Amino acid sequence: MSPALQSDVLVIGGGLFGAFTGLFLARAGLKVTLLEKGQIGAQASATNFGNLRLHGRSARQYPLSIRAQELWESYGSLTGEDCEIDRTGHLYFAGGERGEIQLRKDVETATRFGVESQLLEGALLRERFGFLSDRIRLAAFSPRSAVANPRLSTPPVARAMARAGGTVIEGCEIANFDASSGGFAVTSTDGRHFEAPKLVNAAGAWSGALAKQAGEPVPMFSAGPPQFVTEPLPHRLHPSVHMVEGDVIVRQIPRGNIIFSGYPRTHSLPSGAFTHVPPAKTLRGMRELVQCIPMLARAEVIRVWSGVEGYLPDMLPVIGPSTTTPGLFHAFGGSGGGFQIAPAVGQCLAAVVQGEVSPVDISSYGIDRFTERSEVSEKIHLEFDQ
Amino acid sequence: MVIFVARHLFQPIDPGTPRPLRFEFDGAEITARRNDTVLAAVLASRERCGVNEFDGGGRAGFCLMGSCQECTMWDEDGRRLRGCMTEAREGLRLRSRPHCGSD
Amino acid sequence: MQTDTRIAIVGAGPAGLAAARTLVEAGLRPVVLEESPLAGGQGTRRLSPLTALHRSALFGASAQSITRREDAEDAVLKQCDFRTGTLAWACHDNRLELLGPDGFDSLTYTHLVIAVGATDRLMPMPGWTLPGVFTLGGAQVALKRHASFIGQKVVFAGSSPLLYLAAAQYLRLGHRDLTVLDTTPASGKARAFPAMLRHEPHTALQGVSLIAELWRGGVTLRAGVRLDRIEGDSRVQRLRYATARGRDMTAEADAVALGHGLRAETQLAELAGATFAFDPAFRQWFPRTDDRGRAGERLWLAGDSARIGGAEAADAAGSLAAQSLLESLGRAADAHCIRRDTRRLRKQHGFQRAMTDAFRWPAKQAATLADDVLVCRCERVTAGEIRAALATPSGPIEVNRVKSITRCGMGRCQGRFCGPALGEMVASATGDPPGRLRTQAPIRPIPLVFDAGPMAPEGDDT
Repeated sequence: MSPALQSDVLVIGGGLFGAFTGLFLARAGLKVTLLEKGQIGAQASATNFGNLRLHGRSARQYPLSIRAQELWESYGSLTGEDCEIDRTGHLYFAGGERGEIQLRKDVETATRFGVESQLLEGALLRERFGFLSDRIRLAAFSPRSAVANPRLSTPPVARAMARAGGTVIEGCEIANFDASSGGFAVTSTDGRHFEAPKLVNAAGAWSGALAKQAGEPVPMFSAGPPQFVTEPLPHRLHPSVHMVEGDVIVRQIPRGNIIFSGYPRTHSLPSGAFTHVPPAKTLRGMRELVQCIPMLARAEVIRVWSGVEGYLPDMLPVIGPSTTTPGLFHAFGGSGGGFQIAPAVGQCLAAVVQGEVSPVDISSYGIDRFTERSEVSEKIHLEFDQ
Repeated sequence: MVIFVARHLFQPIDPGTPRPLRFEFDGAEITARRNDTVLAAVLASRERCGVNEFDGGGRAGFCLMGSCQECTMWDEDGRRLRGCMTEAREGLRLRSRPHCGSD
Repeated sequence: MQTDTRIAIVGAGPAGLAAARTLVEAGLRPVVLEESPLAGGQGTRRLSPLTALHRSALFGASAQSITRREDAEDAVLKQCDFRTGTLAWACHDNRLELLGPDGFDSLTYTHLVIAVGATDRLMPMPGWTLPGVFTLGGAQVALKRHASFIGQKVVFAGSSPLLYLAAAQYLRLGHRDLTVLDTTPASGKARAFPAMLRHEPHTALQGVSLIAELWRGGVTLRAGVRLDRIEGDSRVQRLRYATARGRDMTAEADAVALGHGLRAETQLAELAGATFAFDPAFRQWFPRTDDRGRAGERLWLAGDSARIGGAEAADAAGSLAAQSLLESLGRAADAHCIRRDTRRLRKQHGFQRAMTDAFRWPAKQAATLADDVLVCRCERVTAGEIRAALATPSGPIEVNRVKSITRCGMGRCQGRFCGPALGEMVASATGDPPGRLRTQAPIRPIPLVFDAGPMAPEGDDT
């Protein structure tokens, strides 16, 4: 048997949560090893829409979200690289009456946390965002919101972690871990051994297995939204545009392609390997998009995709220490909102792993919050296939 | 030695075939044979049917059977079509770039 | 619950037509979906009325038998629900998504035969994005559908037996400035020839007589060349190459037809649930099927889209797939037909294997492409950018992830023309066999809103 690789902290999962956690730990001087079953940042971290939006987050999440936005804004100095971050602003609009009520509430919440968001209606809305269909009566604009290219976002974080002294090992799937002797002994499916006093479970949609092994199973499921991209067209849609009800989430990248996402999300295959994009959903999304932004009617779709994302019933991630296993920490279950908060998740969890106080209170993200009577977000009923 | 380079790519297999159909491409008149394709008609008098969006390099179709999309063009209402899969018709108004207008 | 039988055949080329013929003979009426306006396929493409005037010149002694075959195909299609101009752009849950002359539609099937053929497989080279460079298959389609030569001075370049066929077709229609630059050495063909002769003596000898025809017609023929670059200011003006003996040469040209064999169009099969295996002889991924083309409970694959074999193999495979489909319906199998078609298919595949040995896909060239060569024509991604991505720590090492990082294969053609070279570049960096770009719908770009506009079928005054 080959000797085990020793570290201070083992991070399981090379998505954005794991990579940022690893980066902040490595910068703090800890010896970090990041184990990724496939390739760095190739799952939900790469397949998501790429919104860095400050609209429509739950009140609980705003402190984390605002901290994350600060970190995204310094992504260049954090990683020394670029991931096409573009401060496009975020145009949030209501498709109908239910949406209008929600939008007013959301803007009120955002404003309460100091996020600038301006309600727009009538002539003002037409004048600023004339591309929206006339039937849309209410919208809000958040100038600080941005977008990034999710496909490019994670590898620079992993590279920065490596430059700070961390080790990245790809193609390393975890078979099991043993916490019986104080620290953690981890074995990969191809027989490699790793040991560390601390372990971070950041395996995204695959985190449930580790949590279960630690005796704290979570009601996580995998799903992904139907998404598509069009051919490149002249750049005319500047902000990231988002219907409160979630039927239309769209932006145009500077190269000209229009990227679309929309609910309802589809459950991943039982194997967890893939999420189909049912063509009926693509067709529906195409129709909805043109109803909201008629000027896009002539665009042509060239590819659809989805992703395997981990969701929890209250649509919030798990972030924090294990309640059963000392030295084990969790960061997973972005629930469709993980991309934006990822840098702050990493920063907060890195603090907790080191026994420090988290810069943002993360106590409400504990893994022990799931009981029979725990909260189920209404989004579970509205944004997924039932 | 100076090599003469024609200002068009395609050579009709029968140069004498009448070209009774007329349509517009980027504002210029293109003539076409009956049963011609839009792409054949355009390339019979031009050396490209558009440019690549990213580097401005000329494009003139490639696979000629609907697969590569390099003969993409647009009609005056912004509909995209493939020149190689579209029959030439009298009065078409086509362009090599998508519209950039307000709507 | 027993549902009505609804058989869909996608593609009206040789394989799809053979499947349709077999099913019609058994008294069934399949739906036949064809993206182009005419049945026929690519290599066996129907002629434009403008080219049909030259039918006998183009086809020579075969003209009559080709006409008979086309008439027979038309007779079969009359007994099918034949829908031209209809793209099957997705397949999910035993349902095809269609875009036809009247817009979006869908078709729920009980049995599906996919026979959508192949397109050219290409190795990028400097200058291959210049106007005037076409695929080798495209050069033939130029004659048959566009009634045009691709240029006045045409070079057919690459490694494919179709170099000779395309040049002969140009010659027969009166083109007199033709050059064939075959990158495969004559010795390789000589080595493979006995095997070709054994599997398909007729076709092998046809190849020999084709070369004689080109030679008599004054076509410049060079084998074993190294293609260096295509040059020109805004269009093709010349192709630089080196002879087998290493002498640098320049072919003045205003058009180049480039081809290195064929690549199966496997996208729809993948969406329909097929799984894939890498074929080391062809160096490409083919969908897995049984001996008769069955790839799933309701799925059959036939012709070049299942495995490169040519028109004759496609005909045999289409017929076999239909026999297998009929068996699955509880019909008695026609043992004689199955034996005959199995024999034909085996012979053709043996021949193709020998051919693929003679006309090699230049896999190793991918590793030596200069950094500034464009690999992805749509997204304009260079070999250098791909190599840089592969060399980056925590960078991509798998072909789909390389696509994700570099955008190579993300454009309008969805990796059809850069995919094989991209696969070889990744393979040369990792030492693994080339990977396979995953397919996602749509098979071709589809408009957000269908609106026929001026392209509506003529004669429709409503």
